[in-house]
Amino acid sequence: MAKRDRTGHSRDGIHVLAVASGGGHWSEMMQIAAAFDGARRVDYATTDIRLAEEADIQARHAIKDYSQTEPLRLLAGALETGRLVWRLRPDVVISTGAAPGLLCLFWGRIIGARTIWVDSIANAERLSLSGRLASQFATLTLTQWESLADGARVQFAGSVL
Amino acid sequence: MIFLTVGTQLPFDRLVAAMDEVAPDLGEEVFAQIGNGAYQPRNFAHVARMAPEEFTERFQMARVVVGHAGIGTMLSGQQHGKPVVVMARRHALGEHRNDHQVATVAQLRRIPGVHVIETAKDLRDLLAEPEIVPMSKLQGPNLDRLVGRLRSEISAARP
Repeated sequence: MAKRDRTGHSRDGIHVLAVASGGGHWSEMMQIAAAFDGARRVDYATTDIRLAEEADIQARHAIKDYSQTEPLRLLAGALETGRLVWRLRPDVVISTGAAPGLLCLFWGRIIGARTIWVDSIANAERLSLSGRLASQFATLTLTQWESLADGARVQFAGSVL
Repeated sequence: MIFLTVGTQLPFDRLVAAMDEVAPDLGEEVFAQIGNGAYQPRNFAHVARMAPEEFTERFQMARVVVGHAGIGTMLSGQQHGKPVVVMARRHALGEHRNDHQVATVAQLRRIPGVHVIETAKDLRDLLAEPEIVPMSKLQGPNLDRLVGRLRSEISAARP
C-alpha cells in the first residue's frame, strides 16, 4: 500500500528540498537541477525569491539571508529553516550554499533525510566554511575541484563548468 | 552592445572605472549594472541593480559581457553562449571578503570564452578584437558527471 505523508499525498517517489542563496549559489543549483528529474516533488528554498519566480518554480520558499558571522540572525535562521524542513519532511536535502543551506542540511540530518552539500565552484583553493561544517555530518559533501577532495568526507564528481 | 555587470552584493569601482575609460573609443553602446559603487560612470548608461528578467534580456542582447569573476556571470555566459570578460575582485583593494575570485579565475581562464583581465588596457585590447571567442553552449563532461553522481545519490534515498 502506498505510504502517505501528513497532507495525504502519496509518498511513492522521492521528495527533494533544494536550498540555494542568491547569486552564484542559485545559478549552480539551476545547473544541477537535472539531477532531480524523476523525483516525486522538488521544493526550492532561496534567499532571493525573485530568482525562483523567474525560473517559473511553483514550489518555492523564501528564506532569510545571513552569514556565519551574524549570531542573532543565524539563530532566527535556524528557527526558520527548522520549521521549513519539519513542515516539508523531504527525503533529500541538497544545497549549493550558503549558510541558510547548511542549516537546512542540519535539520535534514535530524529528520533522517539524505543530505548533500555541493560546495560552490567559486571555492577553488579551500572548501567554504559551510562546506567544511557540512562535511562533518552530511551524507555526501562534494567539492568541484579535484585538488580539494580527500576521497573520504569530501569527494569530487565533476563541476558545473 | 557591451553589458557590464558587477553583481548585487558588492560594488566594483575599479572595473566600472576601467570601462568608463575605454567606452568613449568603442563606437559601441555600453550598458551597466554597477551596484552601490561610489564611482559614477560618465560615458555609458547604468543602473544600480536590475530585475532578473532584465538581466537575462541584456545578457542575450550583448555582444560581449564584462563582469566580476562571479560564478553567476560565467554560468550565464555558458547558458547564452557569450564571450565573458572577467576581472577578479581583490581582497587587498577592499573588493571582497577574501581572494577566492583570484583563485577561481586562475583555474577557469582555461575555459574557452572566459577572458581574464587586470587593467583598462586589457579590456580595451579584448573589446577591439573583431572575433572574440564565446563560451560554448554545449554542457561539458564535467557537468554530466556531476549531475549523474547526484542523480544516483538522490535515487538511493528511501522515501
